[in-house]
Amino acid sequence: MKAEIEVLQPGLFSTIQDPGRRGFLKYGIPMSGVMDFYAAKFANLILRNNPDSAVLEITQMGPKLRFSHPVKISICGALLSPKINNFPIQNNRVYKIEAGDELSFGKREVGCRAYLAISGGFKTKKVLKSRSWFEGVTDNFKLIKSLKLPYESTNESKTETNTSIKFISEYLATSEIEVFPGPEFDLLSESEQEILRSHNFSIDKNNNRMAIQLQEIVENTLKPIITGPVLPGTVQLTPSGKLIVLMRDCQTTGGYPRVIQLSETGMNKIAQKIIGECVSFAFLG
Amino acid sequence: MNSEFPRMRAMGERAILIEFEPEISEKTLEKVLFYKNKIEDHYFKVKVEVINTYNSLLVYYVYTIENVYDEVLTLKGLFEGTKITKNTTVQLYNIPVCYDTEFGLDLKLISREKNLSLDQIIRLHTQPIYTVYFIGFLPGFLYLGGLDKKLQISRKIHPRMEVQKGAVGIGENQTGIYPKSSPGGWQIIGNSPVPLFDKNRLPPCEISAGDKVKFYQISKSEFLKISEEIKEGKFQFKKVDYEGGN
Repeated sequence: MKAEIEVLQPGLFSTIQDPGRRGFLKYGIPMSGVMDFYAAKFANLILRNNPDSAVLEITQMGPKLRFSHPVKISICGALLSPKINNFPIQNNRVYKIEAGDELSFGKREVGCRAYLAISGGFKTKKVLKSRSWFEGVTDNFKLIKSLKLPYESTNESKTETNTSIKFISEYLATSEIEVFPGPEFDLLSESEQEILRSHNFSIDKNNNRMAIQLQEIVENTLKPIITGPVLPGTVQLTPSGKLIVLMRDCQTTGGYPRVIQLSETGMNKIAQKIIGECVSFAFLG
Repeated sequence: MNSEFPRMRAMGERAILIEFEPEISEKTLEKVLFYKNKIEDHYFKVKVEVINTYNSLLVYYVYTIENVYDEVLTLKGLFEGTKITKNTTVQLYNIPVCYDTEFGLDLKLISREKNLSLDQIIRLHTQPIYTVYFIGFLPGFLYLGGLDKKLQISRKIHPRMEVQKGAVGIGENQTGIYPKSSPGGWQIIGNSPVPLFDKNRLPPCEISAGDKVKFYQISKSEFLKISEEIKEGKFQFKKVDYEGGN
């Protein structure tokens, strides 16, 4: 019998992700991949997995899952009160799962996205060289009830972790996002630039794996650009003054001025923010 | 090359943006695609992805660029002293479109607004050889240049919540095909049964930047016949080598 996880309750929104699709941008296919690389990589590392193994990205309210076979797991990133058979467990540690065990989640303490890693990684189908779920590319694009997620069972009883590395969790609560000026930053007036440098911005209700909108309006006189390339981390400024932070599932091209580009660390940080939380931009270089 | 263009700069830690003259023209596209090929050839063994738009190239690296200055110098080196030559492997794709009013939801509106008969609209749309500038917006969505001025029409004020897969539309000076159902604001004039994006194929899109496209009219029964061929895996694109008209 195959080892698989059965979804008993789907929770809010969870997807299987790996580092993403490489080589298909020129066909208009988004990169996808984990929103917080730091947490996802760490979850894999403490299991001694390949750091690129597929993980389950869990948003705010976790699912309830049942395992068919023994395996080892770890959870990193947001603190979502995980439990095994209703017994509370901790993030950033390795746990041994037995056949029939149930993993569930409770109250969100801090952060937005948690990563569940499993020894050997999730073995869901690869489409266009990646296991990252994306609507229109993979058959599944979010966790639904009764779905089965395949994995490889391991009966190794040791749960020792790689203690030489430590998860630095402070970033989950910091509001400062490291960024670079975007290609059209210089076209902004000095006062518009100053607003981006010094103001706080709050996360809008429109936020998902494609983009995170910010609530505050930055009035501007920028003209649209000839449709050009965009990337995860590109911040677009619309004529109505909305800042749109493009995330991992974003389109490959866009016509709004690109005023900011987030650093990789900055992207990991903003991926952990929920509606109403504040961010500010710290310009590097 | 002592002008302001091409301009190169880092976009974050993993990408370099190369911009040419800000214009939409075949001449600029030729230049963009020529350098795209040069970069891809040079980085054959390193993992980079290069995408193009009308006047930009984005070189995306798998890892953080250690020294942007060195990287820009390398790219500039590739650009120096080379004469831009035309890509010789351009294909012309003949794409069937059914302009039946069942699919062409906005044909009557365009006919009224532009004072053109349905036949005239279809003739104007099937006459030009369109250039594929790049693929973006949705997987398999072709940015086509070459729409007849007489067919240019503004987008819908209230975009449709769902435009059908295969819908052929017009928005301002652009025309294109929706590769999958999605919300959309273009005026819809027909539907093409051909698969522009197939996730189970490598590469997932047959047509690429620089290729040419010409539409031809098919009837509803031909539309159904081609759809059937696609289902049975028998469909093949009608394409010929394109020599260019200039």
